[in-house]
Amino acid sequence: MVVAVRYPVQANRGADRGGVEIGLVRFENVGLRYGLGPEVLRDLTFHIEPNSFQFLTGPSGAGKTSLLRLLFLSLKPTRGLISIFGNDVVTLSKDELSVLRRRIGIVFQDFRLLDHMTTYENVALPFRVAGKDEDSYRGEVMELLHWVGLGERVTALPPVLSGGEKQRAAIARAVIAQPQLLLADEPTGNVDPSLAQRLLRLFVELNKSGTTVVIATHDIGLMDQYDARRLVLHDGRLHAYD
Amino acid sequence: MSDMRMDGELSIRQRMAGLLPRMDTPIVPKNSIAGRALVAVVAIMTFLASLTVGAVMLVRAAASDWQSDVSREITIQVRPEAGQSFEGQIERAVEVAREFSGVGEVRAFSAEESARLLEPWLGSGAALQDLPVPRIIVVRLAPNATLDLAQLRKLLSERVAGASIDDHRAWMDRMRAMSNTTILGGIGVLLLMVAATMLSVAFATRGAMAANRPIVEVLHFIGATDGFIAGQFQRHFLVLGLEGGLIGGAAAVVVFMLAAVAGKWGFGLAGGEQLAMLFGTFVLRIEGYLAIVAQAILIAVVTGFTSRQTVNQTLRTVE
Repeated sequence: MVVAVRYPVQANRGADRGGVEIGLVRFENVGLRYGLGPEVLRDLTFHIEPNSFQFLTGPSGAGKTSLLRLLFLSLKPTRGLISIFGNDVVTLSKDELSVLRRRIGIVFQDFRLLDHMTTYENVALPFRVAGKDEDSYRGEVMELLHWVGLGERVTALPPVLSGGEKQRAAIARAVIAQPQLLLADEPTGNVDPSLAQRLLRLFVELNKSGTTVVIATHDIGLMDQYDARRLVLHDGRLHAYD
Repeated sequence: MSDMRMDGELSIRQRMAGLLPRMDTPIVPKNSIAGRALVAVVAIMTFLASLTVGAVMLVRAAASDWQSDVSREITIQVRPEAGQSFEGQIERAVEVAREFSGVGEVRAFSAEESARLLEPWLGSGAALQDLPVPRIIVVRLAPNATLDLAQLRKLLSERVAGASIDDHRAWMDRMRAMSNTTILGGIGVLLLMVAATMLSVAFATRGAMAANRPIVEVLHFIGATDGFIAGQFQRHFLVLGLEGGLIGGAAAVVVFMLAAVAGKWGFGLAGGEQLAMLFGTFVLRIEGYLAIVAQAILIAVVTGFTSRQTVNQTLRTVE
């Protein structure tokens, strides 16, 4: 049963930032190859609408990670057009890409928490990187940590956190700056089914409060728990099932 | 899911906001083996560079002292001439010198003093009165006076047969050349050390970047600009450089202070006097200590600058 949780940030954040963009993400005939190798992604054409929820799935080696890297601006396409928040990513400078990334939250499969920083510091990192004063976000970070159940672990270092706690800390870090787009790479890959279910509920709540969510997974059981659009990658090509 | 329920969110925000210690963990981890090794390298480099600068400044000060001493003094040499009284020649030369404008003190070496000057070469008891040994007259300039050397030379040649003047110019030129060569050599050694420090720092930064690549990637993915990431690493290495520079500079200052104390203890001993003659009192002046401090800061800045360049190069490879 989904417990009523209230995400402690405003809804309709897309509208707050100057209006909802038509097609938050737009791919047109996108192809990607590494070096001189074969194309790992071919002719991808799809849109991701604001406030939508979708699973990205496909067999191992189908190109899920490559597509996620294109989505979080870690790679540029070798052909085609990628427009994110209305920006053609190929034309952006490195610093412009960095600023754009602040509107995208990423949850890595291996968490990628900084081991020498406390849970609180890890979650607050996006604010620190944006140059904000700690007094302006301290309460917000604490509130989110309580919301994801890490209120008692704020000063713990990642090596002493359990897998589930690390995953929640990684999710908290990804959403603390209220991103418009949340990408999660196998977020339930390292947790037991019960925790996987809880994390899925967390993503659903985030989506309800206005965040566009893309979850990359090959866990069919997880996808069956929530009725959402499925983007299926197979052999470098994408098929969307709305 | 009860742990995810938010009750009284405002009160939690208010309660917790003031309770946490401030977030001050550096983004680049402070303590690492590479960091400690870099502090050691920078400390050693600063120590050696400071010794070089200190030694060069000592030589320069000693050479300058010798030159100012010697340039306030000229020597008149009187050779015995056939058919003339040698003592008469010397008296006339002393008279001419005393009457000349700008001269402070004139002292003619006696026959015994001249013999003592030659003792190291001829041994004691040599019958010098039978030899045509020239006599030396030392002329010291009056304080703040200048001497018309050409006029004095002309007067002496007119009035005293066999008299000539040595203004020590050739010796001073050699001294100047020696001290300039030492200074140039010191600057060369210093430049090599700065270059070696830069290379060491570049390698250490690359090592640190490789070790901290996950941190760089995370920062990158959460929207940090290259400038922000480079700034974090630069601050980290600037602190390490300052630490190493202070340790090396302080060690050099201690060495020079000990040398000054040892010089005082050794005063009166043959070796100590020899050293004092060559290097004065072996005491580094205030400029020397300031140069060591400036050098420690310079090496720290070089460390910070080099690390920033290396970080920027590495960041270009991160997508």
